[in-house]
Amino acid sequence: MSGVVETHELTMRFGGVTAVNAVNFSLRERELRCLIGPNGAGKSTFFKCLTGQYPMHHENGRILIRGTDVTGWNTHEIVRLGIGIKTQVPSIMDGLTVQENLWLSARRIHGWAGAGGAVEEVAAELRLGDILRRAVGELSHGQRQMVEIGVVLVQNPWLVLLDEPAAGMTGNEVERLIGVIRRINQNASVIVVDHDMEFVRMLGSRVTVFHQGSILVEGSAERVLDDPTVREVYIGNRAR
Amino acid sequence: MIAWQSVGRMRWGWFLVAAAILALLPLAADTHTPTVLLIWALFALSLGMMWGYAGLLSFGHSAYFGLGAYTYAVAVINIGESTLPLLLAVLVPAIVAGVIGAMMFYGRISDVYMGVITLVVTLILFKFMSATAGDAYVIGAARLGGFNGIPGFQTLNVPGYPDISLFGLPTYYVCAAALLLCYLVCRWILARSFGRVLVGIRENEERCELMGYNVPAYKTAIFAVAAAMAGLAGCLFANWAEIVTPRLFSLGQAAEVLIWVIVGGLGTLIGPILGAIALGYVKILLGEQTVIDNSLILGALLIVVVLGIPRGVVPALQRVWAYGSRRSRRRQAQPGTARRTLGPSPGEQR
Repeated sequence: MSGVVETHELTMRFGGVTAVNAVNFSLRERELRCLIGPNGAGKSTFFKCLTGQYPMHHENGRILIRGTDVTGWNTHEIVRLGIGIKTQVPSIMDGLTVQENLWLSARRIHGWAGAGGAVEEVAAELRLGDILRRAVGELSHGQRQMVEIGVVLVQNPWLVLLDEPAAGMTGNEVERLIGVIRRINQNASVIVVDHDMEFVRMLGSRVTVFHQGSILVEGSAERVLDDPTVREVYIGNRAR
Repeated sequence: MIAWQSVGRMRWGWFLVAAAILALLPLAADTHTPTVLLIWALFALSLGMMWGYAGLLSFGHSAYFGLGAYTYAVAVINIGESTLPLLLAVLVPAIVAGVIGAMMFYGRISDVYMGVITLVVTLILFKFMSATAGDAYVIGAARLGGFNGIPGFQTLNVPGYPDISLFGLPTYYVCAAALLLCYLVCRWILARSFGRVLVGIRENEERCELMGYNVPAYKTAIFAVAAAMAGLAGCLFANWAEIVTPRLFSLGQAAEVLIWVIVGGLGTLIGPILGAIALGYVKILLGEQTVIDNSLILGALLIVVVLGIPRGVVPALQRVWAYGSRRSRRRQAQPGTARRTLGPSPGEQR
């Protein structure tokens, strides 16, 4: 059975540095998967290859989304398949209000007439009601993260890619985020990229560990996070 | 429906007042100077729309102004009747801008290179048109004329009646109508999804792409629309001046429109219009004296505005107006203070 996302021998090089090295990856329908690894492991580069943010060619391997070969596609073409993407650094329109950000995203899917309703729905789910009319540039980092997640969700994607969604969030916000991710996962497949092992443990999903551009190990959160090799990769000899 | 604060809204009352002033102005003044001021306002509006709302800064917007003027002159000499030349003067710049824009935006060049390319395009046209003095540079019956340009072509006529030329007062009304119409077109664009996506692109191009919008297509489209408006302004200028010269493509012309837009105010439609009218008038007044070079004064004015009110005059006035309105609402909300007009309150220190 083909997966929702598959990569075959995916490779990305920057000059002499191989950031992603022949990665074979597969994500099943409605699966929640965490990609973890220390800084420089290649997980964010892998993420950007999936989303078309790095230009790909067939000699760098293949990317299939629900069986469609999207290698070399532009980001907006990949998104139009029904994919929601949240980037590592919050990428939203600082000069616009929260409502305007959400509306712009909703309009493409729901049209002019349906966008307002979709915005209200997502704002209620993410508890953004109080800040809807505020400019995004005035918000805290955690609030901006939540707004970006709202911008993604308002399009009702069937595949959601979240790059470090919990970065800069308070404990309460992280707990709320975990609930949101689980709710998203009821209707969509989700890939979460993060390096925070505690956050990944709380999500309790299947985990793929990246190390030096390759997949080091895959398995359940408990098994992978207790794996001495993984711990060594993360914190070196102190793990022993 | 979600109200977008970021694109402003159509204020019909102000629009009708402006239309009435334009309609009645010929009763009080000669229309020669107001006509060219309206043409420059239209030119500035075209750049202000593209730069202020889509974030696309073209250093060589004069290329399309000049192309519109030359297209009209060449076409009207060959065709005779002005309706088709007028349409061509809008279409040719739009098509050229569409091709250049597609190459730039699908090629994903950065903003800096976009500035360089647009500037180089207008300078190439300036050099080329300046070098067309020989007999070889003829399009049909129209001689391009090199640095001297093309003089003495037929001005606009009543559509279908080539013998009834529009000149003087009718040209003024055509220019006023063109400016008002283009303003309405800009407002219409901003009220549509297209305009809102443009504002989104200005704010964060990457996020628009991640929302699934084809950013290069949007940028190319607004680049072509702005060029079409600039072409129309160029065509009207050719009719007003009754001559087109390579100076229309010059660096001075390219810089002037940037100054009008910056001083008037980015992110508004009325700012570039008022900037062009005010500074255009100052330029004409300064041109009547020989004591000091007018570009020196305009340059100094630009520096003062950029340092003092970087967003331009109109946005600064809007902020003052909004502040005043908030203050007045707050006063009215406090019992006992609404009637007070003079003097400090009992506890207030001066």
